[in-house]
Amino acid sequence: MSSATPTIEKPPYRVVGTRPIRPDGVDKVTGRAIFGADVRLSGLLHGRVLRSPHAHARIKSIDTRAAEALPGVKAVVTGHDFPDPQNKVAASGEGTVNLRSLAHNCIARDKVLYFGHAVAAVAATTPNIAEEALKLITVEYELLPHVLDVREAMRPDAPLLHDDLRTNEMGQRAETPSNIANHTRHERGDVNQAFAEAAVVVEREFRTSMVHQGYIEPQNGTALWNADGQISVWCSTQAPFDERNQLAEILGMPVSKIKVTPTEIGGGFGGKLSVFLEPLAAMLSKKAGHRPVKMAMNRAEVLAATAPTSGSYIRVKIGADKNGCIVAAQAWMVYEAGAFPGSPVDAGAGVIFAPYRIPNVLIDAYDVVVNKPRAGAYRAPGATNAAFASESVIDELAEKLGIDPLEFRILNGAKEGDRRADGPVYKRIGFIETAQAAKAHPHYSAPLAPSRLDPEGKNPAIKRGRGVAAGFWFNWGGKSSAWASLNPDGTVSLIEGSPDIGGSRASIAMQLAESLGVRAEDVKPAVVDTDSVGYNDATGGSRVTFGTGWVAWRLGEKLKQQLKARAALLWEVTPDQVKAEAGVFSCNGRSITLKELAGKLDETGGPIVASDTFESDEYGPGFGVHIVDLEVDTETGKVQILRYTAAQDVGTAIHPAYVEGQLQGGVAQGIGWALNEEFVYDAQGHLLNASFLDYRIPTALDLPMIDTVLVEVPNPGHPYGVRGVGETPIVPPAGAVANAIYHAIGARMTALPMSPARILEAQGKA
Amino acid sequence: MNKIPVQACINGEAVVFLCEPNQTLLEVLREELGLTGTKEGCSNGNCGACNVILDGALVNSCLVLAVEAEGKSITTIEGIAGPNGLHPIQQKFLEHAALQCGICTPGFIVAAKALLDHNPQPTEEEARRWLAGNLCRCTGYDKIIRAVLDAAETLRNT
Repeated sequence: MSSATPTIEKPPYRVVGTRPIRPDGVDKVTGRAIFGADVRLSGLLHGRVLRSPHAHARIKSIDTRAAEALPGVKAVVTGHDFPDPQNKVAASGEGTVNLRSLAHNCIARDKVLYFGHAVAAVAATTPNIAEEALKLITVEYELLPHVLDVREAMRPDAPLLHDDLRTNEMGQRAETPSNIANHTRHERGDVNQAFAEAAVVVEREFRTSMVHQGYIEPQNGTALWNADGQISVWCSTQAPFDERNQLAEILGMPVSKIKVTPTEIGGGFGGKLSVFLEPLAAMLSKKAGHRPVKMAMNRAEVLAATAPTSGSYIRVKIGADKNGCIVAAQAWMVYEAGAFPGSPVDAGAGVIFAPYRIPNVLIDAYDVVVNKPRAGAYRAPGATNAAFASESVIDELAEKLGIDPLEFRILNGAKEGDRRADGPVYKRIGFIETAQAAKAHPHYSAPLAPSRLDPEGKNPAIKRGRGVAAGFWFNWGGKSSAWASLNPDGTVSLIEGSPDIGGSRASIAMQLAESLGVRAEDVKPAVVDTDSVGYNDATGGSRVTFGTGWVAWRLGEKLKQQLKARAALLWEVTPDQVKAEAGVFSCNGRSITLKELAGKLDETGGPIVASDTFESDEYGPGFGVHIVDLEVDTETGKVQILRYTAAQDVGTAIHPAYVEGQLQGGVAQGIGWALNEEFVYDAQGHLLNASFLDYRIPTALDLPMIDTVLVEVPNPGHPYGVRGVGETPIVPPAGAVANAIYHAIGARMTALPMSPARILEAQGKA
Repeated sequence: MNKIPVQACINGEAVVFLCEPNQTLLEVLREELGLTGTKEGCSNGNCGACNVILDGALVNSCLVLAVEAEGKSITTIEGIAGPNGLHPIQQKFLEHAALQCGICTPGFIVAAKALLDHNPQPTEEEARRWLAGNLCRCTGYDKIIRAVLDAAETLRNT
């Protein structure tokens, strides 16, 4: 539930801001919704993947003959069954992907680069036979030295993952190969001089572990490579059009031969922007005589071999003058890219100081490959670990200056016209309003319950603390297409291509309903395949309610214009004389409802449809400010979250319940990242915790209710003021939790996760 | 492998199916009986997406062998709604926006049904404890807990 929503004047909307039941709701609460693994086709085969048991090795040979001979096995593929695409960069969600890297990630060719890297795949009549066949494949490996830590990987004598990878040093390619794929620098003013003149300077170093998106639905894909060369793929994906493009490159087929049907998707958070199993299923289908092949990962495969996000090493230094104004900030950031270049370190560099107005800045960002799975996007990619570092240092600065931590953030907060550390100048943003809303929330003024004594009544065994932190995310606009047709009963069928992961059918349909003048329930949205609607960028970067919603608004306007023309025809006036208001068309005292007009389509010129496309960079960033109360059991090191409040500049909330849900879900993921979640590798590079028992995401018992404050600062770049809301809420929690732990036990936590062992170590009890 | 015939009552109907001795109840529900509303999230009892009610007890169907269903009564998500429409738990999940992607929702609804069958008036703490075996990655659980407590109140008043 949201509380104490600050009011900013809004137009009198009829649909926007209400909470209708989502159009796909009944299917989802009755089990009828078809997710990727629920797809069933006649003659279906089942595929399984053989994966590398080594972190780094050369593949000397693969013998698949015994597997092929097993009754029930219909096809076996290895990397050499696929064409080897050229280096080519394509869009993937908010970022990009090198399609050659992606191909080699889907199935290794000459080397395996991480534990779990796919080596071969089998299709058989049952899952069990496919599983048995994997055991009959013999792979001869030549083990190579591996490297797991980014700073070790940067050393000149480190084992090299790619012989042809040379550092892109701010646009210049280095002469010799290296694990450092890219170095970016943002520089403004003179940090050295500013630090020398600052009254207070705080500098710390931070480490964070690789973490996983943790969607509950494993990756899956079903493919049919038909005898006529047409390839159909059904899968749960955030990005059906991007995946069509990836499949075309990896399979060496034109996009026109490939149709991707997005099924319902069981969570993505950035982890389902690219293909894993789909190319293998397609090639198996071709080799198996054009029978459809279904593949799904188990949880261990999801954790070991998909696209978790980067672990990192970050050094942050910030200085302020005696009045509490930040004068300089410096960051040195190294992110694990995993096996192939492409960590979100550049986004981290854009985010790390974004909430603040800082005259002197120096940020160095390094993208470094290590023998772990290819790092992917995870909700505000690269931002949570960056903000953990910067918000910890900001908190320490405020404390040293004796200024309230929220007051310090407001004092230094970025406003319209300020330049962000990495360059762009802000348009209308709501950081100050958000920080003020957090400060005014009853949570911030409520007394913190006192620490509790141990059973003997001597020492405070349970210590309590409160922390705050801020966060930023860019958001994204991207490209969308959709079309709509008016039905004779006055309802509208809306055809869109944005997979619905969190209720976007509702938020998109509501924008069409608002602009046309019908009820939310009168718009029936459908998410269709890549042949049935124009191009759409991924459902990612919180762009869909903004971008596809914009198209829906335009479709409503276009339908309304055509209806005015029909009314004009009936009344023998010109269309511009007809007024439309809340679903009623009128002119000179005559009026007709939209529903009545829709019933006269046949007598006024036939069907009415509308289509439109969209591309915009006017998405507008979002800021969040969070408050957390927690208690630390000083004997066990366990941290329990007691109370949590998240304030965010959300633009206009189209469907407030789903906006609150985005904030609550992002907070929960951020708390998991802060306290529990990490990939644990042994010295040989084997993943040790590839299950939900050992990779522990928060349960209902680990969290309190999560209060949200929706600060509605409308985005001037959208007709209803929408800005993305889903990314920002995962950014502040790790910093807020770290600051609260400091206030409870007096120790600054500088590594994620802040696990019981680390809490004990910080208290000198390890 | 020889298949074994199993007789069970699934969602109130007598069902006979053939299964291999190593097949789980989850696999048979989804692959043999076409009841794909029960979801697979982890296959080792850690996520609760495959929850069903087996003779009144909440179980992870990925940890039950299909042959163990012999003579038992099973309720899956497909059996929660009544002839007159949605069960109050389902209705409250919709009203509270207690789902985002929806993959964990069948498991949560089945688990909540088992909770309210056992305890018609759970406290927030009791609801959280009962549902701690069901993982949701989208919602932060806030709206799920509210929906379950609201459904409990509705059921008590009807």
